[in-house]
Amino acid sequence: MYDIVVIGGGAVGTAVARELSRYKLRIALLEKEEELAFGVSKSNSGIIHPGTQNAPHSLKGRLCVQGNQLVRSISRELGVDFKEVGELIVAFTLEDIARLKQIQLDAQALGVGGLQLVDRSWLWENEPNLSHKIIAALYAPTAGIISPYRWTYDLSENARRNGVEIFTRTRVDRITRAGDHFEISAAGQTYACRYLVNCAGLFADEIAAMLGIRDFTIKPRKGEEFLLDKKRQNLTNHLIFPLPSPASKGTLVIITSDGNPMIGPTAEDTDDKSDVSTSEAGLRKVITSVKRLVPAIDERDIIAYFAGARPVAGDDFIIRHEYAAAGCITVAGIQSPGLTASPAIALYVVELLRKHGLVLRRKLFFHRYRKKTVHLFSAGFDRAQRLIRKDPSYGDIVCRCEMVSAKEIREAIQRGARTLDGIKFRTRCQAGRCHGSFCTSRVMKILAEETRAPLTAISKRGPGSALVVGDRAQEPPGGAAQEGGQP
Amino acid sequence: MKKRDLVIVGGGPAGMAAALTAHKEGVRDILLLERDQYLGGILNQCIHTGFGISYFKEILTGPEYAGRFVHRIRNTPAIEISLKSFVVHLTKDKVLTYITPGRMEVVQARALIMATGCREKTREMVHIPGTRPAGIFSAGLAQKLINIEGLLPGKAVVIVGSGDIGLIMARRFILEGAQVKAVIEIQKTSRGLKRNIVQCVQDFDIPLYFNHKIACIHGKDRVEKVTVCRVDDAFNEVDDSRFEIACDTVLVSVGLIPENELIEMAGVAIDHRTNSPISDAVNATSVPGIFVCGNSFKVYDLADSVTADSELCGRMAAIYLSRR
Repeated sequence: MYDIVVIGGGAVGTAVARELSRYKLRIALLEKEEELAFGVSKSNSGIIHPGTQNAPHSLKGRLCVQGNQLVRSISRELGVDFKEVGELIVAFTLEDIARLKQIQLDAQALGVGGLQLVDRSWLWENEPNLSHKIIAALYAPTAGIISPYRWTYDLSENARRNGVEIFTRTRVDRITRAGDHFEISAAGQTYACRYLVNCAGLFADEIAAMLGIRDFTIKPRKGEEFLLDKKRQNLTNHLIFPLPSPASKGTLVIITSDGNPMIGPTAEDTDDKSDVSTSEAGLRKVITSVKRLVPAIDERDIIAYFAGARPVAGDDFIIRHEYAAAGCITVAGIQSPGLTASPAIALYVVELLRKHGLVLRRKLFFHRYRKKTVHLFSAGFDRAQRLIRKDPSYGDIVCRCEMVSAKEIREAIQRGARTLDGIKFRTRCQAGRCHGSFCTSRVMKILAEETRAPLTAISKRGPGSALVVGDRAQEPPGGAAQEGGQP
Repeated sequence: MKKRDLVIVGGGPAGMAAALTAHKEGVRDILLLERDQYLGGILNQCIHTGFGISYFKEILTGPEYAGRFVHRIRNTPAIEISLKSFVVHLTKDKVLTYITPGRMEVVQARALIMATGCREKTREMVHIPGTRPAGIFSAGLAQKLINIEGLLPGKAVVIVGSGDIGLIMARRFILEGAQVKAVIEIQKTSRGLKRNIVQCVQDFDIPLYFNHKIACIHGKDRVEKVTVCRVDDAFNEVDDSRFEIACDTVLVSVGLIPENELIEMAGVAIDHRTNSPISDAVNATSVPGIFVCGNSFKVYDLADSVTADSELCGRMAAIYLSRR
């Protein structure tokens, strides 16, 4: 019997699990995908929002401002790189400036600090590639950037160290109430628990429906993002936002935590939760929008694109205890600024659990810290030299575009990566300008070796996505032509 | 910091030819850096024939062609070969930093030849819309998986682009027992060699669609099908021309880009349209003493031509060194 089961292994689920792991509780985290962060979180831009674009009395606004602070301390504890780059919301007209002032007032009411309206000369000096048609901007210095994957993986690793049991490839099929506890059927197993936290992202409504809760639905809102070559990492210095629209914060120009400029997202309501395809129309829309902000952007620098779906359930987050299913906490509709808010959501959930009867006793030893993962590309010359001397395989470069060594790939696998995407999200290997053309076969071999699996079992993101369909070395003489069992 | 007369980055056909000729022209201190664990570069995975016809007056496979140069290099003690050596930094003064298992080295070159080859354009660079499942490969990666690793990437293949690598891979997949459903070319004609169109596609009755493009890739975890459409002269989709092809693999062979990120870092003038150095003569760059040869200077059709121009590059570097 678990005290708590958390459903969903994204940024929110892992933050909740890690926060709960401070206490003497038996906790399980269930994730339907092959690895954590493979759902909504994998398409996150990594922005740590200051809290400037939320309704004054919204729950998300409050949790965003609180989360902005918490992300900093947790990043330090876990060794996640947090860069406080600041954001600029830009104005083209006098009417725009009036809107910026309103945004400033709303944000100040939420407690966002350091806001400043900056003029043209400030922008020319600090953001020279910005369009010269922009006449002013609201500068929020507390905005930052992290890697959403590393955030999720490092939280989960720390949670596991503190006793949380993590089950991937574990899709929840059914939840029943059995007296004072829940019984969750997932992937052929039954997980009994007294409390349940539903952090199932796009599928939070389906999990809730299993408990008879049907008063909200998750509507996916697709966003397409385009990544530019690292060569352009000096394109901008801040996160560049247009004025927000009701549907989204608009199409942005940012530099990701790994140093690639990223442009997007689009915002398109769909009915299909699995639709993460990109389109020509999406690209055109993004290019047109961002060129208005930063005319120097060159479409030829695009090296990657992807789409993700925001889990929309109305305007605000839904975080509540379900009286109709006592002991169940729903965490739904966590769209932007969900990543920023995630540690604050975790605290909020713990408080809800306490209010509803969970006894919280602190562990004597909580492992607060985690050894920072080494990334050669950000190590700097002297550190890189020391690392390579200490362990020669740091000098064995596998990914030429992003400078990732065999050692880092092995470490990623030892820390839980099981797929090529899992390795990519953790190390950036295969994520550069050649898109894995040169390194994929080597990465496959390292993964096969470390997991003692045949090469034909190596997949991009789990079952059904194997990279290759046949291996000559594994075939009987006579070879591949013998299909369908014919002699 | 060590000083070397000539440093050559890249041990494929270009780098090897340049090294041998520079040595012949009197350069006696040569360091050849190769990032892979063997010399020969991409030739090692080109097991088809067609190499050496003009240079050796013989028909050779890629590994055979490379092997002849590897043999000569190995028998030239003045050429120091450093494998698994990955250059991470380069300055205008020809100071290179490279990583190799166990150490990080900095060398100052008096003359520098970059022979770093090229990379394939990706699906992302030509904006093929759709999903991103397993089963989308660059033609070169598929070639490596089949010819070097002995793995079969897929059983029902659609090839995008009719450049030489794409055409050669069409035949390769057929010989491995896979089906090649179509070759899709957006242009009116193929950029590939005539012999490859005949021997790799027509001889196997593979449908070759000119003026067509992939409008969408479908499939959640693995490629399931592609939507193909006809295009007009401006490459825009023609109405009502869409059709679907079921497949488990999409091979992207839509052109090559010279790999010049290192000299770009060093401040050498680069044409951003082609990613080649801006130059008034073959193998030369805007920085005296930094030369570029082979596919990193411009994309060649034949390895034999790479060898010929790279030999010239070796000579140019020798002359540069003798004049200083």
